[in-house]
Order: sequence, then C-alpha cells, then structure tokens
Amino acid sequence: MMSRADRTVLSEWWWTVDRLLLGSLFVLMMIGIVLCLAASPPIAARLGIPDPFHFVQRQVLFLVPATGVLLLTSFLSPRTIRRVCMVIFLLFWVLLFATLAVGPEVKGARRWLMIAGITLQPSEFLKPAFVVLAAWLFSESSKRPEMPAQLLAMGLLGAVVLPLVLQPDFGQTMLVCLVWGALFFLAGLRWIWMVGLIGFGLGGAVLAYNVVPHVRKRIDRFLDPATGDTYQIDTALQSFEHGGWFGQGPGEGTVKRILPDGHTDFIFAVAAEEFGVILCLILLSLFAFIIIRSLTRALDEQDPFARFAATGLALLFGLQASINMMVNVHLMPAKGMTLPFISYGGSSLISLAFGMGMLLAFSRRRPGAAALASLSEPPAVPDAAARPA
Amino acid sequence: MNLPSFNLPRLSLQTLSLPKIDTSRLPRIPVPRFVAVAAGFVGRLVGRLVMAVISAIVEVYLGLTHRVARIIYGLIMGVIRLAVGLVRFAFAFARGLVRALFGLDRADPETVTRARLKLIVLAFSLIFIAIGGRLALLATFADPNGERAGGSAISSARPDIVDRNGDTVAIDVKSPSLFAEPRRLIDPDEALEGLLKVLPDLDVAEARTRLNSGKGFAWLKREITPAQQRAIYRLGLPGIGFVRENRRVYPDGPTLSHVLGAVNVDNQGIAGIEKYIDGSGLAELHLAGLTTDRQQEPLQLAMDVRVQNAVRDELAKAREKFKAKAAMGVVADVRTGEIISLVSLPDFDPNVGGNPKDDAYLNRLTTGVFEMGSTFKALSFAMALDSGKIGLNSSFDARGALSFGRFAIHDYHAENRVLTVPEIFLVSSNIGTAKMVLSLGVEAHKTFLRKMGQLDRLRTELPESSEPIVPKRWGELNSATIAFGHGLSVAPLQAVMAVNALVNGGKLIPPTFLKRTPAEADVLAKQVLKPETSDKMRYLFRLNAEAGSARKAEVPGYLVGGKTGTAEKVVNGRYAKNKLLTSFTAVFPMDKPQYLVLVMLDEPQPLPETHGYATSGWNAAPTAAKIVERVAPMLGVMPRQTLPTADQMLRGAGLGDKLAAR
Repeated sequence: MMSRADRTVLSEWWWTVDRLLLGSLFVLMMIGIVLCLAASPPIAARLGIPDPFHFVQRQVLFLVPATGVLLLTSFLSPRTIRRVCMVIFLLFWVLLFATLAVGPEVKGARRWLMIAGITLQPSEFLKPAFVVLAAWLFSESSKRPEMPAQLLAMGLLGAVVLPLVLQPDFGQTMLVCLVWGALFFLAGLRWIWMVGLIGFGLGGAVLAYNVVPHVRKRIDRFLDPATGDTYQIDTALQSFEHGGWFGQGPGEGTVKRILPDGHTDFIFAVAAEEFGVILCLILLSLFAFIIIRSLTRALDEQDPFARFAATGLALLFGLQASINMMVNVHLMPAKGMTLPFISYGGSSLISLAFGMGMLLAFSRRRPGAAALASLSEPPAVPDAAARPA
Repeated sequence: MNLPSFNLPRLSLQTLSLPKIDTSRLPRIPVPRFVAVAAGFVGRLVGRLVMAVISAIVEVYLGLTHRVARIIYGLIMGVIRLAVGLVRFAFAFARGLVRALFGLDRADPETVTRARLKLIVLAFSLIFIAIGGRLALLATFADPNGERAGGSAISSARPDIVDRNGDTVAIDVKSPSLFAEPRRLIDPDEALEGLLKVLPDLDVAEARTRLNSGKGFAWLKREITPAQQRAIYRLGLPGIGFVRENRRVYPDGPTLSHVLGAVNVDNQGIAGIEKYIDGSGLAELHLAGLTTDRQQEPLQLAMDVRVQNAVRDELAKAREKFKAKAAMGVVADVRTGEIISLVSLPDFDPNVGGNPKDDAYLNRLTTGVFEMGSTFKALSFAMALDSGKIGLNSSFDARGALSFGRFAIHDYHAENRVLTVPEIFLVSSNIGTAKMVLSLGVEAHKTFLRKMGQLDRLRTELPESSEPIVPKRWGELNSATIAFGHGLSVAPLQAVMAVNALVNGGKLIPPTFLKRTPAEADVLAKQVLKPETSDKMRYLFRLNAEAGSARKAEVPGYLVGGKTGTAEKVVNGRYAKNKLLTSFTAVFPMDKPQYLVLVMLDEPQPLPETHGYATSGWNAAPTAAKIVERVAPMLGVMPRQTLPTADQMLRGAGLGDKLAAR
C-alpha cells in the first residue's frame, strides 16, 4: 500500500517507526478494555453507578484521544519533542503546585485537580516531559562539558521532587528518582558517585520510613503482614489462588467483588482470577517485549539525546508496569501505581499515550541522525578555536 | 600452534529482538579441529537419537500422529535453544556489568553508556523472571475449586472438642450451602420452580423475594445434603451456586449440651464452651480469614463422656420417678477442680436449633442461683471448726425455737435437747447451726463466705454465669438463716467449689471444664482452711453416711460421705412447705477424697415407697448413691473390703484424742 519510494510524511513514518512496538501497544490497549470489562462492573456496583459498564465506556472514550496523541506524537522529530516537552513541563509544573493549593484532599494526599469535570493528575503528564528534559540535559553534558548540564539536571529533579513530596506522593517520587538516577548512570556517572547516590536514596527511604507514618505502615505491612490491615493484598493473592493457571472464566470471578481498586491498581489480580495466570504471563511477556525492545532500540541509537530519552521513557513505562505487577503478586509493599494501558484511568491513559508516542518517535530509524545532530550542534571537541566566541 | 576457534552455532535471537551478541567479544575456547568436528558430530547424533526415542515413545503412548510429534519436537527444541540463548545473553551481560562497574571501558563514554544500558536490560529481565516465577508459583499452589470467596458470610472452621479421654464430642463436617446470584438469574420464577422440586421445604415467599432482589448474592438454604446438591446442579440453573460450609456436629447429641453450648448458622459459638472458643482468639482468627480450612488443635475438656452418660441416665430416671421439674448433677474432681460431668435436665440437642429462651437452654448449675438448704450447713460447720473456738466436743442448746422478733427458727426433726457438734450435723439441726454461727459473729460469717467464694460471681470457661443473691442488709437474722442455707442464693457450681475445699485439705480451686493437671491446680489453689478442719469435715461427712441423714447414700466399699439438703422454695415471697429443692452432696472415698457428686432435684414429689416424704434423704441421696456406684469404676476408684470407720479415720488423722475426750 505504501511504497518505500514514497517520500510523503506518512510513508516515511510508516517505514521508519517501530511497527512491532506500535502493534504491541495496541494489543495492550485491547487487553485493557477486555480486563476493564471484567474488573469494573463490581466497582461500579459498589459505587452505586447504575450502568455496570460505566468505566468501560469511559475507558473506550479516552482511548480515542489517547490513540490520536500516541500517533501524532510519534510523528514529531526529537527537536520538536524537546520543545513540546519544555512547554508541557512548565505548564504541568505550575499545575502541580496548584494541586497543593486548590486540589481536593483524597486519602490524605492532594494529587488531583478537577478541570471541566475531568480529574487530572498533573504529575502523570509531568513525568514524561521531565524524563525527556533530563535526557536532554544529560546528553548535553556529554556533548558539551562546559555547560553545567548535570547541575541543571539535579536542579530539575529537585524542582519535580519537591511538590511530589509535599503532596505527598511517594510512589511517583520514587519512580521519578529511579528514572533520573538511571539516566545519570547511563550518562557515565562514576561508580563512586553511584554508591553515594544509592546511599542517599536508601537514606531517604529510611528517613521516609521513620518520619512518614503512611510509608512506615506500608513497609511494615509488607514485611510483617500481622502488623496491619493487609486486606487488599490478601484479597489479591486470593484472586491468584482462585484463578489458577486457567482462571475461572470471563465473568466467573468472585474475589474481584471484594477487591478494592480492582479496576486500577489490582487489575492484574482480577485478570488472574478470570483468565488465569496464563494471561498474566502473556501480559508480562508483552510488557517485557515492549521494554526490552525499546531499550535495545535505544542501544542501537546513535544520537545521545534520542538514546537517553528513549531509555528514560522506556524505564518510566517499565518501572511503572513492573512495580504494579510486583505489588500484585506481593513482591513489593503496596504502592499506588497503575498498570500502563491496562488499568482504568482517563487522564493517565493520555499521558501514557504521550510518553509512548515520544518513545516511538525517538526509536524511529533515522539513518545519519547522529551525524546530522553533531553537524547541527557546535563541535563537541574541546577545541577553544572551534568554539563560538 | 594455529588452533581454529570453535564458535557455538548462532542462535536465532533476532526473532526475539534481543540485542545482537558481539561474538568477537565472547571467550574463545581453543579446541583442535578434529575434536571440534567429532564432538559436534557425536553431540548432534546423541541429541537426535534421544529425541527420536522420546518422540517414538510419545507417539506410541499418546497416540499422536507423526506430524504433531514433529511440531512438539520443534517446540521443545525451540525452547532449549531459547534457554541456551538466554544463558549466553546473561553471560555476555554479566561480563558487560563487571566491565562497566569497574570502569574498564572508561575511555569511551559511548561504550560506557552501551554497557550500562545492557545492565539495565539485564535488571529488567531479572525483574520479569522474578514476577513470572512468582506467578507460576501462585498458579501451581492455586486451588481454583477451593473455598469460594467473596460471599457475605462463610462459616468458619472450628477446632474439634474432645473429652478427657480423647473422644470427640464436637466436630466440623463440611456440607454444601445453596446460594443465588439474583442479578445473574435469567428467570427467577423458573429457578424457583426447579428448586422447589428438589427442596420442597423451601419457604416459597422468602425465596421468591430473595431471587427477585436483584442483589449480587443471596443465601437460599444453608446446609443441604450432597444428594440435593447433585439434583440442583443437574437443573443447570445459571446464577445458582453452592458453597461448601463447615457445619458443627455433636455426635453425643444432648448429652453434653449445657457444657458445649451451641453455634449459630455461621458456625460461630453462641453459648457454652463453643462461645468460650470464639472468645479466646478464634473470632480474631476468623476475621483475619485464617480459619477457613486450617486444621486447628482440638480442645480437650475435663469432662468424661462415659461418666456424663451415666449421670444423665440416673438423673433422667430419678427425675421421672420423683416427677421432678428439673434434675441436676455434677461430678467434680476435688483435687483439681475439674468438672468431670455436668448435667442439667431438661437439656437440648445442640445439633438442632431451638428457641434459646426455652427452659431446656437454661444451665441451672451455672446460671441458676438457689438457696442450697442444708448443704450449706457444711460451710457453717467448717467455719466453726476452722475458727478454733469450736471443736467437735462443743455443744449447743437446740431446745425450743430460735426467735428473732416475729421470726422463729424451727428444726425439721426437732430433738429439743442440747446437741454436740457432730449431733447437730447428723440431725441437721437448723437451730444448732444458727447458734454455732452466731456465736462467731456476723462479720466473721461474711468474711468466711467471701473467702469461700460464695458472695462473688463465679466465672468459669462457660460464658453463662450468675451473680449470687446476697442480702443487702446482713444482720443476725440473715446470718442465722444463711447458716442453714436460706437467704443466700448461689449457683450450685459455686457450692461445689466450696465443698471441694472442705474435703480436699482446705484448698479452694476454681472449677474448670478444661483438662487440668494436679500441678496446674496447685498453682491456682488457695489455702482457705486448715488441713485439720478438712479432716474433721470428712469425719462429719462420713459419720453422716454411717449414722445420719445420708444413710441412703451409702454404697458398700466406696466409703461415701455426704450431706443432704432440703430447701423450701420461695413462692410469692413465702417459703412453700411442699415445693422443695432437694440436694445431696456425696464425696468418695472419704478417707482420701477424690470425687464429689452433687445431685439436685427440683420439686420432687413424695412417693408411697418414700413414706410420703420428699426430703433429700429419700430422693437425692439414693440417686447420688446410684451415680457413685456407676461412675466410681469408670473413674478408677475400686471398691474396698476393709474400710475404716469414721472414728478410725479421725484417729488416723491424729485428732482421735479429742474425740475420745468427748
């Protein structure tokens, strides 16, 4: 249908984009709808919503703009993405502070904003933009050592972590820190520094454990289930046990009726109960494929910015997915983290689509991109004469 | 020597999109050419042969066609190749990891980044393998057909209850329960019609409302039989399901009913020992969701089912013979306070639900409080003898009546003479007992009864208990009447505890329904009387059986001693002469007491053979004798040929001189 000889934007996109990655993202979205069909009716019933498929309809409704965002973003060039991210970062950074002031308090945290009837979590949108900007700074640091890029990157991290801690949202804080740390690590961080950073992270974790009762409770519960209410995780494990390898069959799940957050954080457990651990393994391998594929594409990437950005976005996606799955199978303490594209959530779906769209854009085959990039930038050789005055 | 390098065949990792392995960076193993060729040939040959044999076996045994076997073979080989590829991949990463961590490639930032990126891929792979492994583990230990979860109430499992010999007296049996998911029913009327064919006793109106409720879950019938379950299953109704629930079964039926209590339909204890089990941690376990199927340690009672059967049988006979409203019996171990048997007739069948307000559900021995009558005199004697002021040789004037204003105390069998202490006991003189207690003072009396646990509520494992009824203003008159067992109402079990102390050497041991060792009892025991007082009390009890009102309770060979008690019941605020509560406390063998038997009959009627009497000596005492005769062998007490007389017992205790001086 589309010839390689065609030089239209569409044709060029089709032949350079990672079609397997794109395809698996769509498969993920489809599975998401199916699982939403399974998991959300009992939630709707519990919330007293008359239409059992209320959440499914909303999910499908949000998938349309999400797909649009995904495809549109994947057309952009790295340079445009960088600029878009700058705008989005500033916009949502302001909104993030706004949540502290005007956001409604839900379960002891202010993370959401109500805009035109839609609940919006600014940190969801801030994350991918932050990752791209951090990737840019780190790539600059290796290209232009005279620019204080690493310091700027640290400042960027501080600017994002501060409001997240104030919210408080330790799940997102942890995610952002991990991705940032990984990027720093990739950018050639000396390993003596690495030890320092890990120590710093552990120190932060210990501090959080000792100072914030909410974090302490969660970790205590994970380590020793007897200390607190482990109802949610117990119920989730019960789902896996009830499901077995092949599941109880669509609509036959019973544990899902009593599982809190079955349509968001614990949708993986619902999937296990109704469709069996087999589906969970398929989902797991799908996520593994997406992440490992994007990382290996990043490995082959020539342009440092594109490589860092692709890695960061893949990490963001991968960490979120694996933390969610690990919580579900009780390998980690409970964290408010959703399963990308599978869990219900309107605004998070669009932010994910934005992130993955950028990932697709960065992983497009661009022969000679590195050469072009190095040509478009001032020479990286520390030669005083070659530097612009 | 020029050695050719031996490279393993390239595996198709590209199809997996794993990063390409730079073969030039793999370790090269120098191998002579002919060895490489030969090894490769032999390896391939052996592999083929093994696979051929396996596939031949598989083909024959599973009846697969050659084609299918080829496909399976291909799949297995693919998996093996994948595994080998993953191992090589991991090896390459591990190398990269070491190099990156130790900065071996620091010269080129590009290389560092690439190595560290590989490291991240490795980390992710490990995470995914961990999740996959955990998932496989969860699936392997899954129980898809196990307890259904998500229902509103699931019966909890309870520990079995066994008697002191290990015989099961309460056990959990799993039985199916029927429920509906009204929201998923296609046609509630059709479902109801089908169910009624199998369960004709279903409440139609109730079931219809439930089926039409549109709820997610509704019980239809708890505890149906497996045959009914099969029949309903065959109806093939959507939205009708079963839950296996635990149902409590009591193999002995009503025999132990008052002690065991009962459970409700959710298998939660509502009375007796069953409620005690819930109170002592089971309820918390249930809330934590741990009780559904876990095997729990059985609870061992102090009760002996054989003794219980014998006591219940004798009491039932006595109740019928004397046309009594109720009959009660206790067998207790005086050394440990264990309750070996407790019968309160009428009783109930805990296997069948009933109205708990029914008379049969009243455990008269712990929940009922009674004026114990002359049985209580024993306490007065113990008090007198323990004071040291009154000995066995003291005497009291029992002539005429003892008057307090407009009240006068009479004797039932008035002797109208001066009586010694043992004589007062033998003829059960109210006047003598009252005078004896009054000589020690009201306060001392109160203190003594409190020390003996008669003024406070007795709490045992059974949740059912009652506060004794103690007079608010306790004057001389009260002390005088309480001395012979009127004016103070206690639970019979409370009196049993006190009498135990009178004969066991003066140790007050709280009674228990759970098995207890003598050592444990010693820890709980409180010395409330001097051991000599206990010796004297045993003498009095035995003498009573030899020559007093307890003659009808004598069982040859067992050295039984005892005290009768006949209390007039209060009807409309007055003592009714013809409504009696008779009791008899027997202890055997009297020289070294082991067991106590308490028999109580509520409103026994006079019979021709009792010569028109309905007092304790004519009904409760012979019943106690029959019980002693039946249960003593079960409890390991053997009849003896040569028995000491009461006087010999006392002399043996070193108190005979005093008696001789009498």
